[in-house]
Amino acid sequence: MKKRSVVRVFVGIALISVAFTGCTKTKSKVCDLSAGSDTNVIRVGEVGSMTGSEATFGVSTHEGIQLALCQANAAGGVKGKKFVLYSLDDQSKQDEAAAAMTKLITQSKVDAILGEVASGISKVMAPIAQANKVPMITPSSTNPDVTKIGDYIFRVCFIDPFQGYVMAKFAKENLKAKKVAILQDHGSDYSVGLAKFFIETFTKDGGEIVLNQSYNKNDVDFKSQLTAIRAKAPDAIYIPGYYTHVGLIARQARELGVTIPLMGGDGWDSPELKSIGGAALNNSYFSNHYSAEDKSPAVQTFLKEYKETFGKTPDGLAAMGYDAARVLADAMNRAKSLSNTDVRDAIAATVKFEGVTGKITIDKERNAVKPAVVLRVDNGEFKYQSTIHP
Amino acid sequence: MKSSAGWLAALAACWVMHFFVQDYSRSYYFLIFLYAGINIVLAVSLNLVNGVTGQFSMGHAGFMSIGGYVSCYLITQLFQRSPALFEGPLSMPIFAGALVLGGIAAAIAGYLVGLPSLRLKGDYLAIVTLGFGEIIRVILLNVDAVGGARGLGGIPNLTSFGVVYTCVIVTVFCVWRIIRSAQGRALLAVREDEIAASAMGVNTTRSKVSAFVIGAFFAGIAGGLFGSWLTVLTPQTFDFNKSFEIIIMVVLGGMGSVSGSIVAAIFLTIIREALRPLQDITKLDFRMIIYSLMLIVLMLTKPRGLFGSRELVKEKELA
Amino acid sequence: MTEFVQHIVNGISLGSIYALIALGYTLVFGILQLINFAHGDVFMLGAFIGLYSSKFFGFDQNPSLGALVLIMGISMIGCAAIGYCIERLAYRPLRRAPRINVLITAVGVSLFLEFAGQLFLGADPKFFPQIYQPAGGDMGAGALKVNPLQVMVLVISLALMTALQYVVFKTRLGRAMRAVSFNHEYASLMGIPTDRVISYTFMLGSALAGAAGVLVGLIYPKIEPLMGVLPGLKAFVAAVLGGIGNVTGAVVGAITLGLAESLVVGYWAPTYRDALAFAVLIVILLIKPAGLFGTGRTEKV
Repeated sequence: MKKRSVVRVFVGIALISVAFTGCTKTKSKVCDLSAGSDTNVIRVGEVGSMTGSEATFGVSTHEGIQLALCQANAAGGVKGKKFVLYSLDDQSKQDEAAAAMTKLITQSKVDAILGEVASGISKVMAPIAQANKVPMITPSSTNPDVTKIGDYIFRVCFIDPFQGYVMAKFAKENLKAKKVAILQDHGSDYSVGLAKFFIETFTKDGGEIVLNQSYNKNDVDFKSQLTAIRAKAPDAIYIPGYYTHVGLIARQARELGVTIPLMGGDGWDSPELKSIGGAALNNSYFSNHYSAEDKSPAVQTFLKEYKETFGKTPDGLAAMGYDAARVLADAMNRAKSLSNTDVRDAIAATVKFEGVTGKITIDKERNAVKPAVVLRVDNGEFKYQSTIHP
Repeated sequence: MKSSAGWLAALAACWVMHFFVQDYSRSYYFLIFLYAGINIVLAVSLNLVNGVTGQFSMGHAGFMSIGGYVSCYLITQLFQRSPALFEGPLSMPIFAGALVLGGIAAAIAGYLVGLPSLRLKGDYLAIVTLGFGEIIRVILLNVDAVGGARGLGGIPNLTSFGVVYTCVIVTVFCVWRIIRSAQGRALLAVREDEIAASAMGVNTTRSKVSAFVIGAFFAGIAGGLFGSWLTVLTPQTFDFNKSFEIIIMVVLGGMGSVSGSIVAAIFLTIIREALRPLQDITKLDFRMIIYSLMLIVLMLTKPRGLFGSRELVKEKELA
Repeated sequence: MTEFVQHIVNGISLGSIYALIALGYTLVFGILQLINFAHGDVFMLGAFIGLYSSKFFGFDQNPSLGALVLIMGISMIGCAAIGYCIERLAYRPLRRAPRINVLITAVGVSLFLEFAGQLFLGADPKFFPQIYQPAGGDMGAGALKVNPLQVMVLVISLALMTALQYVVFKTRLGRAMRAVSFNHEYASLMGIPTDRVISYTFMLGSALAGAAGVLVGLIYPKIEPLMGVLPGLKAFVAAVLGGIGNVTGAVVGAITLGLAESLVVGYWAPTYRDALAFAVLIVILLIKPAGLFGTGRTEKV
């Protein structure tokens, strides 16, 4: 009896798994980055959330990194060596990230680390990289504290204060807004940071924050918040969240008859935003690293090759992952040798690197300095609106 | 008195080991070892509630987070005021004190959760403790003093092999002795039949609450070790998936078996890392799927866990 | 004033979503006294079945009421099948095992569905196609706005509630269900095929979750593998609030919870929204464990 039920369970699981696999999307055409027998390679470690609550961001970043390394390998690699990617999942957990990081550095002996998206997890990883003197570039941890951990820690994204400043300035000067309401993702480091610096800049210039509302990560219904905001009659709403929420927020705002402009940050940049939000996002603006309309070869190659490889339009996180990997490859090319100190010095000396996400210069604090563009959402297209320099 | 000798020897061995492994404190295997220790504390303490007393708590991560936040907040504040304190030999007693305070804070929370357990049974208790864990997480997100969503950062790293395994030995010792005391028999009686236990004169209320309080205390200590090792704590780390992880350890080891919990905690910590190479082959991280399937299959085939309520060592040897 | 009325409207429409999920929950809990953690995940699968089948039929291009009915039907059948498998494989072998084991298995099934979903369906949020758009556009007066889809969901919830009420109290299956829920052993002694009745109940509950998945997908068109976790827990809270096993109670409890959330978010502290549901649960279990409409069941003393 017992044996039979176990067999049944396994048959059942097999059936369910087959059903699941049937639904999976077409396989991507990404090149092989696994370690072969060749030992004369450059080992790049990646820690990201491939599963868990933040998986959607981790997977995008992972794809961007893969694409960049594949391109570098196709172009002959760096200093005659090909890139090998060791990618470990942290399940969006801090302790898993620490273990993965330690394994990459001490077991796989990687030459550099790329990751993580969430600042809270990058802050766990950075001290390990620093202690072992392995250069680490985080694609999209925007919290200023992350790179303060040590001189081996870099980032290619904006920091929170800059994006908050950009949109506050834009609201003031371009939208002529005087009263703004905030709707922030209370559980997200990124969102809280952007909101904080937006408020600082906006109120310093005489603007007024009429209401500071927030939502939780798992919310799908934002009407209560929006109703409260509607009652205060602001000129615009700043929503520094991720596209996973913003599409729904925009829809529900329009359903409630709230037609004022919505504003956001680079977390908005995703094709999903367009499909979920649809026409509701018209008259919305967000700060971003780049515009897909940009005719520069870097942007156009990225868009084309990403689509060919993964069969979809890249989101902002994929672009950040791509640039993080490319900044690393570029630095390794320029470095005197591939030793950790030389690579670190080369990354620190990055000036006006032609990235997808802008001309990246690494400053003294190991942050990326680059201008931000403001995009307008117009019937599902992200239109270039203006450029704001740091 | 003779019985204490074994425990003291273990403690001494732990500190001897400490000085041997200190140089490897950044190595991968050391880290797994450390995680295993923290998980043992968590699993053994939860076993006291879920296994021995037969209550079903799903909020252990909540207690862990309270202890972790309290003790890490204290040492961080102290560290910012006078970093010199942490250079000398004083750092150990300070850390120990902070851990105990964290444990006490968690124990107070355990008392508050233990109270509803008087009225609720089984599934209802499970969902209430789960809800309680979530409420703690939401509150932590809202307290700016501990960083809210940004997390509590800049925690000095005081967690070492010696500290972790001292906590392991103390936890195992306490739980082991409790189970074999009159109080422990009362807990077992509550698990087997609450009505009969109360008819035999067992104060079931007190038994259940004390199990919660003690379990929460050690979970809080584990939280402190965890936080000080990572140097950053975010509320998100303590969602209900963390509680499930600990439950899986207890269930795998066997409800009520201390050695079972220890073995399961070690096994699951290692397997989590040992399965990593699988990701290279499959390109997808199947670990959580394997985890959950293991849980289902285990429940169907060996519902009492690997060890049941038996222990690896004979009672007489350690009693 | 408009703001307050709008909050009430928002609350009721949110509550009707919880109600849809809570109906299935209360049914399953009523008969097995098992917190079926996987219920929220079946709901998630329902939404995904809806997504893929509407893509398959090309309904994302031409919305119609017929499309919605068809997709809901497919999703309900699919979820009923999944529910049957779950019950048959994971719960039935444990019928005589301690309750805690069944609970752990439920957690295991739930984790399995979530993580398998993340790996095989993709972790990124998907857009749920608008397979039905009610005619007439917006409803409401002045600043007061009502989404016609949500009115529809409320109507469907109430209709399903009535239908379930009929099934439970007027049909042979319902009588058998009530008997099984009262006492498995006595029911089987009376010649009721308990296993089959439990299977049917599971299928019915899962079908309701499937319907909920499609409707939620329509209103909140962002679906992802972890979308079922919190709604599942909240629906359980709603079911407990109304009195577990009580069909009317589930709907009333869900709408109460929706209203409470809406008012707390609107007027007090939006960040405590998720804590609120659990706080309500704890309070209700401590003060009136049988729920608002539940009949107290005497425990063996």
